Amino acid sequence: MNPLAESIGVTHYLIVGAVMFVTGAVCMATKRNALGVLMGIELVLNGANINFVAFGSEYLRPGAVGTGLDGQLIALFVIVLAAAEAAVALAITLNFYNNHATVDVDQADELKG
Amino acid sequence: MIHWHSFFFLLFGLTACVFALAVVFTNNVVRMAFYLVLSLGATSGLFFLAGADFVGAMQLMIYVGGTLVLLVFGVMLTAQSPFISMKTRAGEWIASMVAGGLLLWVLLTAAFNVEEWRAVSAVPLTQQTTPGEGTEPGVETPVTAARLGLGLLGARVDRLEVVDAPEGAQSQVVAGLSGYLLPFEIVSVHLLVVLVGAAYLARPKKRMTTGPHGDTE
Repeated sequence: MNPLAESIGVTHYLIVGAVMFVTGAVCMATKRNALGVLMGIELVLNGANINFVAFGSEYLRPGAVGTGLDGQLIALFVIVLAAAEAAVALAITLNFYNNHATVDVDQADELKG
Repeated sequence: MIHWHSFFFLLFGLTACVFALAVVFTNNVVRMAFYLVLSLGATSGLFFLAGADFVGAMQLMIYVGGTLVLLVFGVMLTAQSPFISMKTRAGEWIASMVAGGLLLWVLLTAAFNVEEWRAVSAVPLTQQTTPGEGTEPGVETPVTAARLGLGLLGARVDRLEVVDAPEGAQSQVVAGLSGYLLPFEIVSVHLLVVLVGAAYLARPKKRMTTGPHGDTE
C-alpha cells in the first residue's frame, strides 16, 4: 500500500503523539543532566498537545461532530503553562548549579534520609 | 499519485519522531537541545496540517522561539566539560526501555482500536465535498485566530447553544458562552507569579562586601 496515497486520520496523529510522549518519558527517566530531564518534559507536553489538536481538528474527521475549538484552546493553555514551567525549572537548575557546581540530578540527594 | 496532505504529514511526523528519538539517544546536551528544536518545529508543521494555524504559529513563537531559547541559555550557562555528556548506566537504560515499551504498546493499542479515529477513506478530501454543499468548515472560516481569541474572552462562536425560550416562543440557537475566560485569567496571573518567582530564584547571590572598617556584612 502506498503510504503517500492514504488519507490521514486521527490515528496517525495519535501515533506521532504516542512516540513523542514515550520518548519524553524515557528521556526524563534516563538523563542525569537536569536540563535533559527538562527536555523530556517538553517532549511529553508536546506529545499531549498533538493529541489535543488532532482530536479538535475538523479536517481529520470530516462529517463527525467535532469538539469545536476546545482542543486548540487547551493546546494554547498547555503551551503557556510549559513556558512558565520551563522558566521556573531553569531558575531552580541555575540555583542548584550555583550552590553545588553540578547539574547532575543524582547529586541532589541532600534530603535523602 | 501523491496525496500532498499525506506527504507533508509523513515529512513532519517522521521528522518529529526521529529527532525526538535522537534527543533520547544522544548523550551530548548541546546536541539534545538542537534536536529538540527540530522536533518541536516539525510538531508545529503537524499543527498547521491539522488546521490549527494559530496554535502552530504559537508553537513556533512561544515554544521554539521562547521556551527553547531559554533552555539553550540554560545549557550554555551550565555547559562545563563534565556535564556536557553524562553517561547513563546500562541497568537504567534497560529498565526505562521496558517501561517505555510497555507505555508505547498501551498507547498504540488505544490509538488503533477505535474505528472512528481511522482515516475516513483513501479518497482525497477535495473530492469528497461536492461544490453545492459547502459543508467543509475550513473553507468557510479558514483562520482560527479570531475564533480562538473570542473563546478566550468567553464567547464561543464555534459552538452553538440552545437558549431556554419563554413559554410559547421558539427556542433559539445562539453562539455559546461556554468559553474559557476564567481559565484565561487564572493562567495569566499564574504566568505573572511564575515569572516573578523565577526571577527571585535565579537572582545572583549577595556579594560579600567589605565595609569601611574591614568587617563583612
